[in-house]
Parts: sequence; structure tokens; C-alpha cells
Amino acid sequence: MESQLTGFIATLRMAGLRVSAAETIDAARAVALLGYDPRETLRAALRTTLAKGEAEAETHDRLFDLWFSSVSAGGAAGEEAPSEPPGPDAGPAEGPPREGEEAVVARFVALASGADRAGRALALEQAANAAGAGGIRFETQAGHFARRMLEQLGVEAVEARMMAHFAERTPDGEAAAGRLIAARTAMMAAARQVIQRRFEAAGRVATERFMDEVVEERPLDALSQADLARLQRLVARMARRLADRHGRRLRATRRGRLDVPATLKRAFRSDGIPFELRFRRRRRDRPRIVALCDVSGSVARHVRFLLLFLHALEAEVADLRLFAFSSHLEDVGAIVSAEAPEAAITTILRRLGMGATDYGRALEGLMGPHRAAIDRHTTVLVLGDGRSNHADPRLDLFAELAEGARRLVWLCPEPPSLWGTGDSVLPDYRVHCTRLDHVRTVRDLERALDELLAHY
Amino acid sequence: MTRTPTLTLPSIEAVEAALSAVGYIPTRAIATSIYLAGALEKPLLVEGPAGVGKTELARSIAEAIGRPLVRLQCHDGLDEARALYDWRYGKQLLYTQVLKEKIHDLLEGADTLEAALGRLDGFEDVFFSHAFLEPRPILRALEAPQGAVLLIDEVDKTSEEFEALLLEVLSDFQVTVPEIGTVTATVPPLVVLTSNALRELGDALKRRCLHLHIGFPDAAREAAIVRARVPGIGGALLDQLVGFVQAVRAERVRKLPSISETVDWARTLLLLHADHLSPELVRDTLGVLLKREADLAEIAEATPRLLREAARGS
Repeated sequence: MESQLTGFIATLRMAGLRVSAAETIDAARAVALLGYDPRETLRAALRTTLAKGEAEAETHDRLFDLWFSSVSAGGAAGEEAPSEPPGPDAGPAEGPPREGEEAVVARFVALASGADRAGRALALEQAANAAGAGGIRFETQAGHFARRMLEQLGVEAVEARMMAHFAERTPDGEAAAGRLIAARTAMMAAARQVIQRRFEAAGRVATERFMDEVVEERPLDALSQADLARLQRLVARMARRLADRHGRRLRATRRGRLDVPATLKRAFRSDGIPFELRFRRRRRDRPRIVALCDVSGSVARHVRFLLLFLHALEAEVADLRLFAFSSHLEDVGAIVSAEAPEAAITTILRRLGMGATDYGRALEGLMGPHRAAIDRHTTVLVLGDGRSNHADPRLDLFAELAEGARRLVWLCPEPPSLWGTGDSVLPDYRVHCTRLDHVRTVRDLERALDELLAHY
Repeated sequence: MTRTPTLTLPSIEAVEAALSAVGYIPTRAIATSIYLAGALEKPLLVEGPAGVGKTELARSIAEAIGRPLVRLQCHDGLDEARALYDWRYGKQLLYTQVLKEKIHDLLEGADTLEAALGRLDGFEDVFFSHAFLEPRPILRALEAPQGAVLLIDEVDKTSEEFEALLLEVLSDFQVTVPEIGTVTATVPPLVVLTSNALRELGDALKRRCLHLHIGFPDAAREAAIVRARVPGIGGALLDQLVGFVQAVRAERVRKLPSISETVDWARTLLLLHADHLSPELVRDTLGVLLKREADLAEIAEATPRLLREAARGS
């Protein structure tokens, strides 16, 4: 039964639960204390030792039912059933074929008949384990694994016998071959069912995670419309993660350097003996971010993503001003906070989008009416490619902006090799930026923002 | 030599019985988690919405096994001086005053500075010793001679730094005081942490704990709880009351009524000698169950419908 537990834990891991070695030991100790029965107790014990949090508890319960229901189906049919023939020939997992072809074929047909349901379920589960079916990642692999399961059960011998019957070229032989084919078909269907369940248990989550990773690492301009829903979820998760990491820390007051005057003052109470040391409290500013997002035609492919990101950021950072611009600049904070991501993006693009960029005029629009939004606590975040259609880039205003703000971070979707080519004025802006980063994927963006928030 | 165990209850059934005896009706999952927390000597992290009796669970288990409950209420800015230990400054001060007078006698006859220092060296560092240590909740729980139940309430309200401080306590049941050394628990306390999932807790902390999620009870369990807490309540009223509370929880209220509020409401109705719920009675006493103005207004309006639903449900 020990392998039951490790098998179950392997399935949990595949389903995305991070089960550590220590937790595995805890689970084993719990099972040693409580036993495998009753089922409800086992479930509660494994849940409490293995699953962290509500979401994991749900996954655990689902898998527990799948796993232990299929195991118990075998129950009465015999714990010591076919898996490992005890004895000297415990070699590589080729138990069945050695028994002699006759026996193998007879057993295969008997299993296929379905007379002994529990025995069949158990045999299939064991074959699935031997075939490494727990490693299934994609639904398309189901056929391959089902075949390997049948091989474990000796289908090759059955097929050889089948061919032999055909070669007899007699009606009896053909009938016998037909029966074997039917048996193989039945077993194949049963095996596929088992595989499908394994996939539901482990593979589906893994596939989802794999797709998430693909989207995270895919260049932004290669993202399709179909990826957007996934992206939305990823970006929201990223924003949440960033807020978790940085938002909390702001509230915690940190010990700074020794405050000598305060310590001495305090020491007067205790006759000049400095029992109580006083420390300066390191002051932390709340993040104040002013984001400028280029929504013009030249960055059209990135715009949706950038806006999506700003939308997520809006929900997490308390003090955030959002501006979007192409030929002119507008405060879009109200739109983003009022509408759902997709709707907000559409509204912004309709009002401002796809025009010819004019960074100069956008800067005028910012530094004129919104000058007050920039002070020495503000981090200015520019998302754009710095292509200003040969209009005056107003470097003077940009310098003033950089001067007034605490940090000025530019995130550019174009690779460095294109900076300064054509109408790009990025190198001129660059000298004023605290940082200029090339942001190619979602992952890049998270890294850039993590760094940005870490400076508070 | 056998050590006093963390939990003196030998089986899940014993945990269930002991908790029921003090008026806490556990589910099988709750009893299993408590039992394992004791048997495996692991802290138990209890999560769930506000008002499902997370804190009550720790209190009840302490009462059930007859050990003191040491409670550490977490909040923003909680630090080691308030959670683990502190130095007794006043006592240290008093001792300095005394020592000042004694120091002359001590140094008498030491002609050179080196001789004087040599004599002082011979003394231990008295000021930072166990005698001057002021134990705060965690240290107190570790030092309790008969063991204790340590409740670290609302751990999600602390900072990540504090979480890191807890790790040593949670995995080894010990606290390291730099000036003294490591203080290890004589009897490992049963540690219960609660969290409202205000923020995601760190992986390191999660890994060290057993986990238990408590949701709102179903009607049968809630009825059992009320019956245990308010023994005088009549069966008909109890069914109606629990049905109503369950119906309210299914509504879109901002603050779901907690178990303790159900119990309070049952007590109120008992005081009023009610034997069944009428819409008027509900309206008059609803303030016990719901605290938000907006919720009160909405539920007051929906009362007749909810009463009908409750009657159908039970």
C-alpha cells in the first residue's frame, strides 16, 4: 500500500501541488497512525498534510476520489494480483510474456470479456502505472499510452496468435481471430478510458501550465487574439504578485540607523545608561506612478497588451495616474477604473488610438495641465517606441519631466537594434531616463516592474 | 523517559468527544487535523472566512485538554519584542543602581586598569541573562511546564519579516535569544495559526504547517453547535432559526452571519421566550445577527420569503 501513497503524491505534484519531501513524510506518518480506513479519515488526513490552502484542498479532494476509487475497484479481486510475479524472475517489467503465450492470451481474453470487472480495473491500473501513464501531458498522447498499456498486458502475444489464426485460412481460424480482434478492441477502449481519467487528473493542469508558460515567453507582437484571454489572467496574476511582494512591505516600518540624539535623550531617564536604543525609522514612500502609454499605430501590436497591463496595475497600485497618447494626450484613469479590461481598451483605442504619434505634443499635454502630478516622489513610466514621426520631440520638456520626477523608466517593445533608426528619437530621450528597457515578453515586463517597485 | 505529549488525546474519536464536551462540535476533518497536529507535532494553519470559529477552535482545544491558551494577536508592525521576548529594562536599571555602589568594593585593591578589567571579566553578563528576560506569548508557550496551546491569530496581518521570525518556532519549537542562546520547549505546544487570507502567506511558513480549511457549517452541524451552546432551546425554534441563518448566508449579504452570531441570536430568542420565529420577531431581533445597516435593511425586507425557504429546507 505504501506505493499507493507515493503514486498519489506523484499525481498531486503533476496536478500542480508543490508537495515537499517533508510533507510526504508527514503524510506517511499520518497514514501509519490512522490506516487506510475509513476512507473519509484517510481523505481528511491526506488533505491536512498535503494540500495548502482552499484551492489545493479542492484539487486534492478531486484527485483523491479519482485515485482511490480506481484503486478500491480492484480491492477484493486480490491485492497480490498479477503485478509482480514473486520469485527469481523479477527482472525488467516484462512479467506477462514470460508466463507462456498460451496463458497470456487466455488471460487477455478473460480480462477483455469483462466478467471480472474489479480484476480488469486493477489490471488496467497496474498496466497504466507500468506504462508510465502518470506522465501524460497532452490529450493527444492518449493513444500512445493506451497501446503501451496493452503491451504490458501482452497484446503482442495476442496479435501473434491472431496472425497465426488468419494464416490457417480456415473458417474456424478466422472466427478465432475475430474473437481476438474483438477482445483487443474492448481492451483498447477500456485502456483509453483509464488513460483519459489519468489525463483529467494530471495532464490537463500540466497542459494549462505549459500554455501559460508559452504565452509568458512569447514575444508580445506574436500574441494572437486567442491568447488574450489567457494573457488577461496571467497579467492579473502578475499584478497581484507584484502587489503582494511590494505592497505589504510599504506598511512595515523598518529599522534604520542608530538615532544617537534620541538614544541619549532616552538614556537620561536611566541615569545616562543607554538601555534602550533608538533607531531611525526608514521612511518609505508609497509608490506613486504616472504611466504614459503610447497607443499609436506604430505600437498597435503591443497596445492591447500594454493597456491590459495598465488595467491590472490600476487595481493594485493605490496612487496611479494613467495617460494614453498618440497625437495628443489624455487622462484615461477614469476609463480604466470604471470599465472591464476589454471594454476599457476598446474605448481608449477609439478615442485616441491609431493616430500618428507626436511625443512632443504628448509631453506638452502632460507638462501643461498635469504638471502637478509629477513631483519628487513620482516614478514616471513610459511605454512606447519613441517614434515621433519627425515632429519636434520636445527634449526640453522631457528633461524637465526627468528632472521633476524621482525616476523615469522607459519600457520599449522594440529591440535595441532598432533604437535610433528611422524616426526613432529614443537615443535622445535615453540620456534623461533612469532606465530604458527592452520589453519583449510578459516575463520581461514583470522583471522590469519588479525592479521599479523595489526602489520604494 | 517518556515526554509529555503535545496532545493527550489518543485518537480522532477522543478529539471529537473532548471537543464536543466543551461545546465545540467538530467535523471529521477538523478532528483529524487536530489529532494529527498533536501526533505529528506540527503547527496547524486554519483558514476560512471570518466567523466560522477558527479562534474558537483553539480556545476549545485548550479547554478540552486542560492546558493554558497563550494567544498572540497579530497586527501590522508586530515585532519580536512583543511576540517572542523582551528585556526587563526596569529591573536592569534597578540592578545598575545597586551595582554602582558595589563596584567600589569589587575593584578595591586593583591598582591598574588591567587588574580591574580582569576582575570584571570574571563575572558573567548578568544583565542579559534569563533573569532579565521578559517572556512574550511565544516564549511563554514554549516555557509552559505542562505544555500549552499557542494561538497565533490572524497571522496574515503581520509582515513577511515577522513570518520569517516564526519559522524557527514553527519547525523546531524553539526561540534563539542572541544574548543567551536557544530556548527549546519542554513540551512542544499545540500551535494553531489562523488566517483570513488577507494576503498570501509565504511558502516557507505554509510548508511547515498542516492545513485545515473551515467553511460555514451545514444546517445539521450548526444546529448541533447551537444546541450545545444554548441547551434550553426548543427543537422547533432551533430548526427554524438555523434554517433562517442558512438562508441568509445564501443571500448576497456583505457580512455573512458568523456562528457566534447565530448562538447570540438563539440566546436572545430564548430570553424573549420565543418558541417559533415570526416575521415581526425576526425584524425586531435581526440586529443580533447582522451588523451592517445595508444588510439589515435588505434582509428585513426579505424576511417572509426567507422564513418560507427555511421552513421548506428543514
